[in-house]
Amino acid sequence: MTSRRAAMLLALPCLLALVALFVAPQALMFEFSLGRRSLYGGVIHQWSLDNYRRALQPLYLNILARSVGLALATTLLCLLLAYPVAYWLGRKAPPRARGALLVLVILPFWTSFLVRMYAWIFMLRTEGLVNTALGLAGLGPLNLLYNDAAVLLGQVYGELPFMILPLYASLEKLDPSLLEAAADLGAGPARALWRVTLPLSRPGIVAGSVLVFIPSLGAYLAPDLLGGARTVYMGNLIQSQFTFVRDAPFGAALSFLLSLVVLVLLVIFRRPLGEARSA
Amino acid sequence: MRGQVVLQGLGKAFGDVAAVRDLSLEVRGGEFLTLLGPSGCGKTTLLRMIAGFESPDAGQILISGRDVTAQPPYERPVNTVFQQYALFPHRTVAGNVAFGLETQGRGKAQIGERVEKALEMVRLGGLGDRRPSQLSGGQQQRVALARAVVLEPEVLLLDEPMAALDLKLRQEMRVEVKNLQERLGITFVFVTHDQEEALVMSDRIAVMNRGRVEQVGPPEALYARPRTRFVADFLAVRNLLEATVVSVAFGMAALRTRGGASFQASDDGGYREGVTVWVGVRPERMSLVEAAGDGDNHLSGTLEDEIYLGDRTDWRVRVGEETLTVAESATVARARRRGEPVTVSFSPGAVLRLEDAEGEGR
Repeated sequence: MTSRRAAMLLALPCLLALVALFVAPQALMFEFSLGRRSLYGGVIHQWSLDNYRRALQPLYLNILARSVGLALATTLLCLLLAYPVAYWLGRKAPPRARGALLVLVILPFWTSFLVRMYAWIFMLRTEGLVNTALGLAGLGPLNLLYNDAAVLLGQVYGELPFMILPLYASLEKLDPSLLEAAADLGAGPARALWRVTLPLSRPGIVAGSVLVFIPSLGAYLAPDLLGGARTVYMGNLIQSQFTFVRDAPFGAALSFLLSLVVLVLLVIFRRPLGEARSA
Repeated sequence: MRGQVVLQGLGKAFGDVAAVRDLSLEVRGGEFLTLLGPSGCGKTTLLRMIAGFESPDAGQILISGRDVTAQPPYERPVNTVFQQYALFPHRTVAGNVAFGLETQGRGKAQIGERVEKALEMVRLGGLGDRRPSQLSGGQQQRVALARAVVLEPEVLLLDEPMAALDLKLRQEMRVEVKNLQERLGITFVFVTHDQEEALVMSDRIAVMNRGRVEQVGPPEALYARPRTRFVADFLAVRNLLEATVVSVAFGMAALRTRGGASFQASDDGGYREGVTVWVGVRPERMSLVEAAGDGDNHLSGTLEDEIYLGDRTDWRVRVGEETLTVAESATVARARRRGEPVTVSFSPGAVLRLEDAEGEGR
């Protein structure tokens, strides 16, 4: 029993943080979402489901679907880009250089995401670096900024490290003798990748995908800055409810719905996630 | 010939360290050949070159008469049982055994049938649905064996497959693997550092030292007549003595150690008067006697230590500057005290003349 009490004691700080930083705000938000906006942007605490009814209108569902689409595309592109990088880092790069190379992967985090988005604007705009270079080659200028492709680019750029790191972790510890066994049993490189490396790095794939998908669902900086706020995504919609529109209850309802989507997805994927945790 | 492995002038270095040096060896089709040697002797590197995991710096590898030196592992007609088994953790036992057959593009029905047969052969019938992690070490080893033999390779390579098993299981597996090899008729190349394992299982043993083969032969021949000091030492010839040849006459060589102990050895034609040689005598070919008898060598010494081993006792006897080990079976051993004066007896025929330097006289 003492060990059980010790376990509870050890879990306590984590539990407190979770309640203070997650459960309480969520509860607060839920309470907001049941209310009504006042004339000056305050909340009138009269409970009804009106905000949810409104949020489920086709207009908003479309925005939600678009956000899910962006998040899926971001996740898929990150996976395709990160896998070869992580494979090289974890299996081919000289072990002594790996630490330094990993630092390079997380180096962008030392600069604020906002600043990095502005950097992309400088590169992609009509008089930007890319178009200047194209101009010197007698090409362009191309419309690189303020479209969905730019949003996707910004998202993929921002989330890529979150995909590389878990993939690296699972690929790096993959026992090389398993790949030798595959070759020994007649599997060429492609088949070994498909039948051994990929399945065994599944925990990394799942963990990375979740880490990329969830923040992408609520992305608003890249759509705002690189998309020029032309296409509305959930993140921008929610942000605008709290700031410009000053309809906090509706914003809260949208936030809560988004959290619900994430929760449902986590429940659906809980089995592969469990494997990712145990691996 | 099917299953024959010919190694010609193989060399492999890792950086400055030569793992295998100018090694030539022929493994006959269908035989059980053991590469025996201490860790670092190059036996595993040699096996990995046959499998295709390492490419030799020099030399050629022929399997069943075909040059495979440049072939990747997945094109060679060999399969390997790995030291730590290397079972796929994401597949069931049956899935592991089926891996190679799937790669060959066999039909589902055929795969199922052959997997089942292979699992029954290694006495794992009914465990196909388990995960490798749910099996004991011995069972995992059988899965590795089944996974490799189900493909009916021309040569099966085994890299210390029993090193991770406990002694009792290891002894059982020796017999089982040997029987399996005889039933299948496949060439087995088996790597081990365990001389007992090598003696029990092999048709022939190749003793390796520092990247070379020091001696090849059937177990009995190697045991009876180790050619070099290294082979003798490795095959438990515990008493190795450096001695000068005093005289050679009438089929006998008279020897004297530096410490002054004198004895006779049957002349195998290799003794030259005045030359210093290494000789060896197995502990079980020596005995402790009460009185000096006919024709045998007798050395007087002091009993230093007793090592009780159950079925026999090893006596450590100090003779001049040398310490000899004399093995007495439990049926004849009797109680003795440390410090007691004893006489060690052995026949001149038990003295093995050994070559010293590696690779000498080949």
